[in-house]
Amino acid sequence: MNVTPALDWLRGSPLLGLGLTLAAYRLALWLNRRAHGHPLTNSVLIGSLLVIAVLLGCGISPAEYMKGAQFIQLLLGPATVGLAIPLYHNLSRLKRAALPLSLTLLAGSLTGILSAVGLGAAFGLPHQILLSLMPRAVTTPIAIGIAEHIGGIPALAVTFVIVSGIFGAVIVKPLFSRLRLDDDLVMGVATGIAAHGIGTARVFLLSETAGAFAGLAMGLNGLVTAVLVPIVLGFMHL
Amino acid sequence: MIETLIWLIGYQLAGELICRSLALPLPGAVLGMLLLFLTLCVKKGIPASLNTHVPQLLGHFSLLFIPACAGVIVYWSLLTAHGWSLLATLAGATLITLLVPAVLLKLLLARRRRGDAA
Repeated sequence: MNVTPALDWLRGSPLLGLGLTLAAYRLALWLNRRAHGHPLTNSVLIGSLLVIAVLLGCGISPAEYMKGAQFIQLLLGPATVGLAIPLYHNLSRLKRAALPLSLTLLAGSLTGILSAVGLGAAFGLPHQILLSLMPRAVTTPIAIGIAEHIGGIPALAVTFVIVSGIFGAVIVKPLFSRLRLDDDLVMGVATGIAAHGIGTARVFLLSETAGAFAGLAMGLNGLVTAVLVPIVLGFMHL
Repeated sequence: MIETLIWLIGYQLAGELICRSLALPLPGAVLGMLLLFLTLCVKKGIPASLNTHVPQLLGHFSLLFIPACAGVIVYWSLLTAHGWSLLATLAGATLITLLVPAVLLKLLLARRRRGDAA
């Protein structure tokens, strides 16, 4: 019996990345339940760590993995469109809070840009990293566009976006419960502004309303940030 | 389920086409979400298929981020090149960006509620 050709086939098959992602996610969910929903057992965090462990352990390249995993990633778009449904369920709340929401979005977007650049500069990080930090709080496709536009490094920007999203998703529940900020609307909007889609996925599990407002805030924050970053940059002479 | 996918993909495609033609700084899916939301507002209701299947799909929203997150290993050396200062910046900035809008929105909502009562 010779298993080498079989293993070679497996490596080239999209089923590997697809199956691995589903299995890692399922295992992460199980762990999360066993840990009674402990924030550190966040399913995105544990799921991707499991995938990374298998890729490194079996010598599978990220490109080979993505052959199958891209089908899961492809569904991100349609799922984002679907956020319109829980949002519509909250139509009356949305109408009532329209003005406070707009002000919060504007202030939140500015906070997102300035906090990253400010802290980065305080830590003495180089210029090009500071530029790549500016779109850190927005959803990946917008972050790539902003980073390219202002001369940052898109790959670096994506990495910052994802690390921020995971950190936000892990910390949001304990932080907001402790500070008594865990109102669905407040938590949802703040999470959408600070931790985009990964945060949205997290708070959606806490409440559909929080998830809906996170999705809305994520989209609008991306738009506002794309407009604000070049303006802020003009003021800062970076 | 098929009907739901056709709705969602259709709106995403419409969003993508509009964003690309007008060079809007917005992902097509986000514009698609806003377009679908407007459609529901005009229709004054949600098609039964969407109402059933979209919550099921969104219940596993986290799954859809795993490929991109696992892909971060490619750039791991970039992240650790500056030691802890980069991770501290990301964590600190995320913390601030969570808290500032949350506190502001809470104050604005409380203020308006007081205004309603007065």
